[in-house]
Amino acid sequence: MTTTQLPSRRPAAPAPDGTTPAAARRKRPRHLREQLSGWGMIAPAAVLLLAFVFLPAILGFGLAFTNARLISPRPVEFVGTDNFARLFTDPTFWRALLNVSYFAVVVVPVQSGLALAMALLINKKFRGVNFFRTLYFLPVVTSMVVVSLLWLFMYRKDGLINELLSTFSFGLIPGADWLNDPATAMPAIIALSIWQAAGFHMIIWLAGLQSISGELYEAAQLDGASRWHQFRYVTWPGLKHTRTLVLVTITIQALGLFDQVSVMTQGGPLDSTTTIIYEAVRSGFKQQETSYASAISLVFFVLVLLISAVQRYLTREKD
Amino acid sequence: MKNVLRLNSIGAMAVRILFAAVAAFPIVFMLVSSLKPDQQIFGDMSSVAAFLPIGNISLDNYTAVFDRVPAARFLINSVGVSAVTVVLGIFVNSLCAFALSRMQVRGKRVVFTAILATLIVPFQTLALPLVWWVNQLPYFELNGFSLEISKGWLDTYQVQIIPFIANAFSIYLYHQYFESIPKELDEAARIDGAGWFKIYRQVVMPLAGPATATVAILTFLPAWNSYLWPLMVVQSEELRPVMIGIQYFFQLNVSWGEVMAYASLITVPVVVLFIAFQRSFINSIASSGVKG
Repeated sequence: MTTTQLPSRRPAAPAPDGTTPAAARRKRPRHLREQLSGWGMIAPAAVLLLAFVFLPAILGFGLAFTNARLISPRPVEFVGTDNFARLFTDPTFWRALLNVSYFAVVVVPVQSGLALAMALLINKKFRGVNFFRTLYFLPVVTSMVVVSLLWLFMYRKDGLINELLSTFSFGLIPGADWLNDPATAMPAIIALSIWQAAGFHMIIWLAGLQSISGELYEAAQLDGASRWHQFRYVTWPGLKHTRTLVLVTITIQALGLFDQVSVMTQGGPLDSTTTIIYEAVRSGFKQQETSYASAISLVFFVLVLLISAVQRYLTREKD
Repeated sequence: MKNVLRLNSIGAMAVRILFAAVAAFPIVFMLVSSLKPDQQIFGDMSSVAAFLPIGNISLDNYTAVFDRVPAARFLINSVGVSAVTVVLGIFVNSLCAFALSRMQVRGKRVVFTAILATLIVPFQTLALPLVWWVNQLPYFELNGFSLEISKGWLDTYQVQIIPFIANAFSIYLYHQYFESIPKELDEAARIDGAGWFKIYRQVVMPLAGPATATVAILTFLPAWNSYLWPLMVVQSEELRPVMIGIQYFFQLNVSWGEVMAYASLITVPVVVLFIAFQRSFINSIASSGVKG
């Protein structure tokens, strides 16, 4: 790219008569061309998003009020709120809602707390910081499906978890049949979910920590603030935005629980681990009831919107 | 005072090591077990040998995996689907962000807002209506010289790729990055007679390397890890991606050594990529933090 050619490439000098309308006319097609090429560049992404996000979202909303099936010779008919009436009287759906609430209530504080602890531990510069960061992040690059399969093996009655528990407790803790007992299946899934995802949120906390100015800490140290006071009055307020973000993303991820359940328990034993998305997939895919699955998805979406609205409101109040 | 600080830092290091052990032990166990016969895996379980590649070590489990599962085919499928999704994603999303950020296009603000609005919709809410929808889409097939049109995208490669090319978050990331590149560069190139596409390709994109790395990683990981979607839309064995391959092990009398070998086989490529491009991975995740 050479700018030396500048004069020769310029459009011809102003028209001989020197009228301004002529100049304006010359300018317009060029502007039109910019409009056209601009839209041409936006179009591929815009069309794809329309086709695969907007349309399915609208369709999902519409299909929830019909009797559509995945493969059916009959035309789709409008059935009003039948699907929702069925959904709200389905005990399995309420069980799924209870299960994901249980999952979220434990995972949200524990995972965000552990992730923050990990971030604080590696926020300082010291020898080997990269080593620890890599290890903490390793579970995140391992797919949830692989993680579920691996822990499925470790949770066996004669598996690694029971062996470790008995070794470290000197045989005091008796082994459990983790995934086959309705009382322990969900806690077992909770543990591996936190193990897999904590490193992800550690990175987000870390970005938040690094955005806090070092001068604030220096000032606090000059005032003789203790480590705890520095955390309480400098770090914690400085993480306000990160906090909202971490809480919202963990909550939404928790409500969308699916992979672990699909690989490890298929919702069992006795529906103790079934989830909203698992029920949606079971009805929409296995039983091909697209309409009923769309109704479940819609309820899930409303839930997600509500949660983010509530969390946003709560964190705004604290200003 | 100094002793207290010293004690503190020893304590912190102990906690760091504890966390590292917890993070690493299942993965070490997986890799080590993939090299052992089942009998030895269970024999070693109660001692530290469970985490050490000692005893009867071999690659037998890996050869057995390739006999039991069309693992090579699955790996090729996943590499192909992920690579095409990443390449097309980079192109389509950066092109869109370029026009939205640097060109005078009427209505671009509305378009950008609409694109960002899609960020609040989790994929799980779209998945089931989307299955129904892709099954209604026309499918063109060139059969010899005649173009055949059939209905439904289920069980194809494109159903694993096309819905995931355009991504609001990638557009957002590129838009942010493009805003930081001086617009005077475009002016200079235009005066040189460059068209908009040439400016995109030769001026702006070469400067957007970090954004491209982030978009590539954030597109690659979910593409490689996808499970829910291919589970529903791909039935033919020859089209399946790696994560669906684990279903070959859902049976009685499974050989756990083989399961661990398959799990390692589909995890190690990503771990190697992560270690090679560590900084980019960490930066990508940190930038995905602004998503909320």
